[in-house]
Amino acid sequence: MSDWPILSIITFLPLLGAFFILLIPGEEANVARNSRWVALWTSGFTFLASLMLWINFDTTTADFQFVEKTEWMPGLNVSYHMGVDGISMLFVILATFLTPICILSAWEAVQKRVKEYMIAFLVLETMMVGMFSSLDAMLFYIFFEGVLIPMFIIIGVWGGPRRVYAAFKLFLYTLLGSVLMLVALMAMYFDAGTSDIPTLMTHTFSYQAQLWMWLAFFASFAVKVPMWPVHTWLPDAHVEAPTAGSVILAGVLLKMGGYGFLRFSLPMLPLASETFAPLIFTLSIIAIIYTSLVALAQEDMKKLIAYSSVAHMGIVTVGAFTFNQHGLEGSIFQMLSHGVVSGALFLCVGVVYDRMHTREIDAYGGLVHRMPGYAVTFMFFTMASVGLPGTGGFVGEIMTLLGAFEANTWVAFFASTGLILGAAYALYLYRRIVFGALTKENLKNILDMSPREWALFLPLVVVVLWMGVYPSSFLDIMHASVLHLVNQVETAQAAAANAAQLAAN
Amino acid sequence: MLNLGAALPEIFMAVASLALLMLGVFTGKDRSFRTVSWAAVGAMIVALVLVITGEGGAAFSGQFLADPFARFCKVLILIGSAVGVVMTMKFAERERMARFEFPILLMLATLGMMAMVSASDMLSLYVGLELQSLALYVVAAIRRDTVRATESGLKYFVLGSIASGMLLYGMSMVYGFTGSTSFAVIGDAVSNGELSVGTLVGLAFIFAGLCFKVSAAPFHMWTPDVYEGAPTPVTAFFAVAPKIAGLALFVRVALGPFAGVVGDWQQIIVLISILSMAWGSFAALRQNNIKRLMAYSSIGHVGFALVGLAAGTEAGVQAILVYLGIYLVMNLGTFAVILSMRRHDRMVEEIADLSGLSRTKPLMAAVMALLMFSMAGIPPLAGFFGKFYVFKAAVDSGLVTLAVIGLVTSVVSAYYYLRVIKVMYFDEPVEGFDRNGTELNVIMALATIIILVFAFFPNPLTDTAAAAASALFGN
Repeated sequence: MSDWPILSIITFLPLLGAFFILLIPGEEANVARNSRWVALWTSGFTFLASLMLWINFDTTTADFQFVEKTEWMPGLNVSYHMGVDGISMLFVILATFLTPICILSAWEAVQKRVKEYMIAFLVLETMMVGMFSSLDAMLFYIFFEGVLIPMFIIIGVWGGPRRVYAAFKLFLYTLLGSVLMLVALMAMYFDAGTSDIPTLMTHTFSYQAQLWMWLAFFASFAVKVPMWPVHTWLPDAHVEAPTAGSVILAGVLLKMGGYGFLRFSLPMLPLASETFAPLIFTLSIIAIIYTSLVALAQEDMKKLIAYSSVAHMGIVTVGAFTFNQHGLEGSIFQMLSHGVVSGALFLCVGVVYDRMHTREIDAYGGLVHRMPGYAVTFMFFTMASVGLPGTGGFVGEIMTLLGAFEANTWVAFFASTGLILGAAYALYLYRRIVFGALTKENLKNILDMSPREWALFLPLVVVVLWMGVYPSSFLDIMHASVLHLVNQVETAQAAAANAAQLAAN
Repeated sequence: MLNLGAALPEIFMAVASLALLMLGVFTGKDRSFRTVSWAAVGAMIVALVLVITGEGGAAFSGQFLADPFARFCKVLILIGSAVGVVMTMKFAERERMARFEFPILLMLATLGMMAMVSASDMLSLYVGLELQSLALYVVAAIRRDTVRATESGLKYFVLGSIASGMLLYGMSMVYGFTGSTSFAVIGDAVSNGELSVGTLVGLAFIFAGLCFKVSAAPFHMWTPDVYEGAPTPVTAFFAVAPKIAGLALFVRVALGPFAGVVGDWQQIIVLISILSMAWGSFAALRQNNIKRLMAYSSIGHVGFALVGLAAGTEAGVQAILVYLGIYLVMNLGTFAVILSMRRHDRMVEEIADLSGLSRTKPLMAAVMALLMFSMAGIPPLAGFFGKFYVFKAAVDSGLVTLAVIGLVTSVVSAYYYLRVIKVMYFDEPVEGFDRNGTELNVIMALATIIILVFAFFPNPLTDTAAAAASALFGN
């Protein structure tokens, strides 16, 4: 079993499924039904295959595991190099876990061009998994940017009224950031002579070079995370995207930025990361507080959750740049739990949107009377988003804040403020939608969740509880890799400090 | 020494085109069009085989050089031309321009291009270039009964003659200051790293002339008008083969005799490249005609390719060649789609005519979307690798600013490529297009497969390009 190219299988299996869907002949209704099933089976099987990673994962080592390496472009010294460590493995599973849920959530909501929709999602899954498991910078970049193609189509074809604007904004914002990263990757390649990520991690770049490269990477990852002030594409994209698109966007795509910081900026450019940490802290804190306030004023449910994503990702970036074990693990954990929780929240919006076709908060109210099951589910994920102990959200936030305290008290103070605001907007949203009297005429016949919708939420609830009650099963996986990363950063920073000391003497 | 073997493909092309001319003349005009066309395609394929299997070497007292670099470019040119002729046939018959001279003119132009990329002397360079240009002037105006085509042909002719004049003037300056027209002798004259002012002025004029031929800004003005005015298959032809030949010639001149003084001309190329990329990107934003859009797109692509030349290194040349190979495939595919834009038996050319194509012709829309993404340089499609190679060469040569500017303009250009996709996928459908012929479908399918699988098998192209580049640097 161990000599199977399991990562390549997980990466390219969805592509194979997409290819099959492409070949489905026949009547339109038939094609739609078959493509749904093929997509569900493919993504479900991919998820099961990805669990093999978890089962066979060796938690005692920080090395890359399940490594595959084949020559790809020998002229450039670029190889097809795949592998995961404790940081990336869980993201792979997050992506494979959310994709079947997305496909199932679109079962009835998407009625036009089902075939294309399923193909887009499967291609997207290939790109996401490939990005998290590539160990070559060139390969990473290809997957990182390749994500844009299916995402552009998903938002543009199945999105809301302003979908064209949102799709273009998403595409061009991200592309602009990415091309700067491409320049940095080329510069790294030029300096180190290879694009192999493990080799680049051990290569020492000069301080001056690090500063420029760091800024270029920052341009890309900050847009992707997104950090204030380049976050404005996110609310637009979320509002216009179809439900499943929002789920993937919040659940996985935003994590690509955070993952990029952990994979490139920190280990390869430790000195520049130290220099720019205050910048990250400032922007993150502004993001946490400002976007929380903005969220309070939203009239659109999806927009509100989108702004809350920006705030939560602010916590992630704070954690990543504390350079200590707590902060980094908290940051990764927060990404995972936010991936599941915000995905679930978008699904909650999707449930009522599919019934009423509006996302306006004022159009709802008193849903608890007609939809008790929905009210409980929504309550659960709202609480998880707020960070109630016992849910995954709590663990990530508390660990990040602990790490932040170790690094800088003020940062921790302001970041905590954001959490209070977070509770405010989340509960306010919940009250306006679910509680109160059921006065709206058209809501009086609304139906509670269908079995299919229950089936969507059940795995999410289980995972969020599991993350909250027994976080060790996730944290154990990261320990070795995060420790290695922290040591790496500290060693580099200490070496630089020593050198500066010597030079001063 | 008369080493005719090295020039065998060219000699064959010349003889074949004259023979076909005879055939056309003696069988009567319209009936022989299809025969002559297919014969022209066949001749190009034979020439292709001769190029690949040929021994190479110098001929005609050092006027002509068939090295791996020339071989690589000739292969691209012949593929571009052959596909160009194939795309023309049905169109020409429907639009009543089925004259047998047409494929023969394209053959002569191709012959000129082959001579150009093999030139190792200013004179043979000029002869090849003019053979190409004169044939293309006529081709641009071949529909002499329409005002637009005549206008575009005339424009092309007048501006092209000015460019040729500049080129000749520059050559005469270089000749005057170095005492020879031979690349080798000129190279020796400037090899000590000192370039006299006169030679530099001459070089600048040569560059200006070449810029016109490859439609690099600021000598691009003719391009949109000619692209729009010329019959679509002619535009398709213009966009591919002459561009490849022109850029190859550019490389030949800049990195042949003037390889020793890269520092003296690098800034000119950097500037031209930036202008082309920027103009190709920004001016295209507001175009509504797909042929004009492709004109600006080609200006931008020339700018990107010139980034590789600006690097002035072997890696840079390899990058240009890889870029040209991918450019060839993308453009042929795109023009096959544009040629399929027929409604009620008439060509339509507005971008808006593509509205909702993803409903009326899903496969064609998918092909076009992939081609557009590829043109925009989005991985994992082939277009990305072309851009990657040129910008990597630039970064390796320390031209980081150029790379950043280039990549930012590529984001701008992504906007208009996306706009085409938006029209096809996001807008409501209009009436579908007429059924198109098998040739176009085959070309589209081939182009799409190549840009899709290039990521998996990049090595055949990149390795050959590397070998060609290393030959140019005499290794």
